[in-house]
Amino acid sequence: MIAVSTLVFFMLRLVPGDPIAAMLADAGSDEARAALTKKFGFDQPVIIQYFKWIWNLLQGDLGTSLYGSNQKVTSILAEALPRTLSLAFLSFFIAIAIAFPAGIISAVKKNTTADHTVSIFAFLGLSMPDFWLAILLIIVFAANLQWLPAIGYAPLSSGFWEWLRHLILPSIAIGTGFSAIIARMLRSSLLGELKSDYMRTAAAKGLSDTSMVVVHALPNAMLPVITVLGIAIALLFSGAVVVENVFSIKGLGRVLIQGILNRDYPVVQGTVLLISAFFVFANLIVDLLYAVIDPRVRYD
Amino acid sequence: MPHLSAETDEPSGAYSLLISRVYDAIRTNLKAKIGLIILVVFLLCAIFASLLAPYDPNEMSMDMMSAPSFQHLLGTDDLGRDLFSRIIWGTQVSLFVGFITVAISMIVGVFLGVWAGYYGGWIDMIIMRYIDLQWAFPNFIIAVYLVAVFGTGLLNIIIAISLAFLDDFARVARSMVITLKEQPYIEAARMQGTSDFRIMFKHILPNSVGPIIVQASVSISYAILGEASLSFLGLGVNANTPTWGLILADGRSFISQAWWLGVFPGFAIMLIVLSINFIGDAVRDAFDIRHTEI
Repeated sequence: MIAVSTLVFFMLRLVPGDPIAAMLADAGSDEARAALTKKFGFDQPVIIQYFKWIWNLLQGDLGTSLYGSNQKVTSILAEALPRTLSLAFLSFFIAIAIAFPAGIISAVKKNTTADHTVSIFAFLGLSMPDFWLAILLIIVFAANLQWLPAIGYAPLSSGFWEWLRHLILPSIAIGTGFSAIIARMLRSSLLGELKSDYMRTAAAKGLSDTSMVVVHALPNAMLPVITVLGIAIALLFSGAVVVENVFSIKGLGRVLIQGILNRDYPVVQGTVLLISAFFVFANLIVDLLYAVIDPRVRYD
Repeated sequence: MPHLSAETDEPSGAYSLLISRVYDAIRTNLKAKIGLIILVVFLLCAIFASLLAPYDPNEMSMDMMSAPSFQHLLGTDDLGRDLFSRIIWGTQVSLFVGFITVAISMIVGVFLGVWAGYYGGWIDMIIMRYIDLQWAFPNFIIAVYLVAVFGTGLLNIIIAISLAFLDDFARVARSMVITLKEQPYIEAARMQGTSDFRIMFKHILPNSVGPIIVQASVSISYAILGEASLSFLGLGVNANTPTWGLILADGRSFISQAWWLGVFPGFAIMLIVLSINFIGDAVRDAFDIRHTEI
């Protein structure tokens, strides 16, 4: 993480264009410029700025935003994080809820109409840009049917349904591509298991189809699925960045993009760092899941 | 992975065998054929945009937000620009960025991966540390961040997306080299006094091209999606070049009155990514790699 944060810091120092100039919109006097430069420590050598940043980082301080009311970056992130996490969890849930039945059906009923239908939808889901799906959902469910809101976010404290209502469309937009990847993976790995010897034994024992698939084949087919899960989580985060901007949800993605457009260094650094931390953490969980699913894998 | 050329003097034979394998994969697969046709149509649109587009893509008119009609096949936007012409011109950026970025990250990434895998030691360690570092970020976040660093514009977008995909190629190439470099035919080549460079790129690389091609076919579709997403977020080429992401972003505020602005540009993106996924799938089957690489 230290290496990651070092990279994040130095890369942004390469940015052409001066945040102070952007803040004053070329209207400020030279004194105002100098005062601001001093206030944010840009007059010091980069290396000193860097050590200050790392020192503060270790104390959980990410600096203050260069914009608006100069809010603390940590408090901006603390406000944005629950939104992105809500979105990520719900997208994940939707993706799994679609992918598992779809993947199992298309593997068990290989080469039937059901299988082909799943395959076509999976291809479409993979190829559809998430922000376009978001727009389509808004056109249909918000603009025309007016069932669900097109923008904004409601915290859980304002009621479960309020919270859910605002998140359904964005989560579908993010979750669809994700579910396509998992469904395809599940299908191909389940097909491999269904052909194996132990499945023939299970059939000979007279087990029902359902218990054969769910109890015997599915756990073994999970391993490759979990591998892609790690990669697909990257898409979940990227999807959140774009889709939050479509639905004007002030989560990490929106904070990041606005930070970039405003040249707000501390905010961009803090957000990228936090996203990366979550990404690494999510991949760690995936690795640990291996050991849970497959007892042969052990981490010493 | 078959080892295509045991006679080390004819590595070019391995390449032609490979091409014929990809060709066969596409020829015998219906989805891949459909994909190829769609791709060629888009390619022609990109090349002959000036002939095919009925209007100048940036020409404004008084005919604002008119629905699709014979005069404006896909309607017009809030400034009266013809959507059909803008989408045709948008093909150029999309395809160009998609292919060029993957070409760059493939060449650089494969070079780094082969180098690291072949020599091992500290070269490997430095390259791998860098690649691990990149692994800590989702590709798209890297691209967004690099655009924040370099600024927007065509060249910067290309650099950002190429760098974002670099690690995937390096990792694939490295793992192939590590498994291949102990093979007897490489030993033989080394014994003959063949130079390292020649061994790496004439003997090892041809036999590891399969997974690299598969990776490339996956990366192209993500690169195209990535460019569209960046443009959509306002981090794209520039405001005067019509790209599909930008057209969608421009039309977003008007979708409740003019649905066509929200539907058609995205459909174009989906179609081109779909065509590449169709082809990529067939190529992957041809090289018989399980669907673990996405």
